[in-house]
Amino acid sequence: MADGNGILVIGEMAGNEPASTTLEALAAGLSLLASLPGEKLSVVLAGASTAAAAQVAIAHGAQTAYTIEDASLADPAPEAVVAAAQEAVRQASPRIVLGSKTILGRDVLPRLAFRLGTALAQDCTAVAIDDAKRLLATRPVYGGNAVATVACVSDIAVAALRAKSIDAGEPDSSRTGEVVALSVDLASAVRVRPVDRVEQTAEGIRLEDARVVISGGRGLGGPEPFKELGKLAALLGGAVGASRAACDAGWVPSSYQVGLTGKTVTPELYIAVGISGASQHMAGCSNSRTIVAINKDAGANIFKDARFGVAGDWQKVLPAFMEQLQELLG
Amino acid sequence: MTLKIVVTAKQVIDPETPTSAFGIDSNAVTVPSNQSPVINGFDEQAIEAALRLKEASGDAHITVVSVGSGFALDVIKKPLAMGADELILLDDPAFDNAIDPTVTVAALAAAIRKIGDVDVVLAGRQASDWDNAQVPIGVAEALGWPVATVAKKVDINGTTLRVERVLPDGHEVVEADLPAVVTVSNELGTPRYPNMRGIMAARRVQPTVWSAADLDLAIGSLSPAFELVSLSKPQSGVETEMITGDDDEDAGRKLAQRLRDERII
Repeated sequence: MADGNGILVIGEMAGNEPASTTLEALAAGLSLLASLPGEKLSVVLAGASTAAAAQVAIAHGAQTAYTIEDASLADPAPEAVVAAAQEAVRQASPRIVLGSKTILGRDVLPRLAFRLGTALAQDCTAVAIDDAKRLLATRPVYGGNAVATVACVSDIAVAALRAKSIDAGEPDSSRTGEVVALSVDLASAVRVRPVDRVEQTAEGIRLEDARVVISGGRGLGGPEPFKELGKLAALLGGAVGASRAACDAGWVPSSYQVGLTGKTVTPELYIAVGISGASQHMAGCSNSRTIVAINKDAGANIFKDARFGVAGDWQKVLPAFMEQLQELLG
Repeated sequence: MTLKIVVTAKQVIDPETPTSAFGIDSNAVTVPSNQSPVINGFDEQAIEAALRLKEASGDAHITVVSVGSGFALDVIKKPLAMGADELILLDDPAFDNAIDPTVTVAALAAAIRKIGDVDVVLAGRQASDWDNAQVPIGVAEALGWPVATVAKKVDINGTTLRVERVLPDGHEVVEADLPAVVTVSNELGTPRYPNMRGIMAARRVQPTVWSAADLDLAIGSLSPAFELVSLSKPQSGVETEMITGDDDEDAGRKLAQRLRDERII
């Protein structure tokens, strides 16, 4: 790996703040810098308004915040962010580029990596620097049946971090940094033109924000039982999710899907009912604080990741569980 | 004008293989030889999207391209049985690289150039082995084409591509000029099963096989992005407490009590 000037984080905005995943990437960057003495941490932020976010990023350790502001960046096209990121890379000439495997990141980071003449270390749960100052990226593969660590051997390394696999650091308002405004032609960068958007809003608490998630899978056998899960969710102030199998079967809308290709949830309590625990599903919920599994197959994979398990028929377990809960909760 | 469609499809270890059957040998993931590989599920959805485009246009040609080595012919010919017109295998020991997309991207881009006049490339959104979700994007970048990802619906009107992209809470409609690349998601719907006529027809078709030399690819000149450092079985950090009772109802009640005792609820 060639010498390079530190680490650049490809930031994302949540309103006028850096997204939580960006703060996680900054924390990862800071920890990597310990092995890269004298090098610096930068961030690029593309949004409608970035001034406040740049200061937050600086408090989280960025020494330079590259910003680009445009009304169109309130809901940015991936190609516009790629263009901004390319310009930030040109100015910062980092050895490592870090981003997050978010909805935006999964579109931005592979494009950026290929434009920089490398490929993306995707969905990393840990990153480190080896003795040769190469980036080491660790990630689950083969549906979680193996864990791979790869060394990034090209001149520049690009890695996408799995959300919530690294803790965001605490802000320190005594940190200082510079803000550099970028000038990028966004309009000509966008070739995939958004023409319409259709929202499919769910009632109640958003799955991603819920402190309790009750998810159902193939074992429920049809759409009706999801009403029971809804009652349990209401009782615990939570939201209902589903495995991909249940969504593909049409029992619930695809917006319910938790998993590698669906939503990532990290509730305090995740109750999986009739879900086998394929790693494609676990990738979306394995960072939950407590996982409880109810499945009639005692050998189901889900029990490996669950803190508590009941091997039994959910049609019998669940009503008794709810009744007892109601009693306990008064 | 015939619409020229390329679908990329990958032969992978069946993701439904039980966890206990997965092993690691010489830094590669293995399964017993009696576990038949499959076509990556999202790639089958890409084939389905291509077949729907062909039905809508009335005049289209679907070429399926797969990169690798050691193909199981009965598996990789499935797209032909589903209704694709042609199969090209990019088969070379040099293409057998699980960890680095660089060679795969170069091979696919070279093949698409060699096929010539391709209007649209359809690919699965990601493969169930490394879940990298980046080869189709790399191909688009190599060809200089736009790419629309995670499609649930793909339409072509003249030279305009129109794609419904899946978002966490709904979908977005995007348009781009052809030629373009599209990655397809499971929300597109279940791929059709091959019928008997299709299976019989597929038997008679021999795939075209191209090596790295056929593609004028100097593999040695491609700089790899990654080196594998280690591959291991995951460690579960969770100790599972199985709750049992006199019957399932009793276990349900005890579960509630246990969660309460632990102050989880």
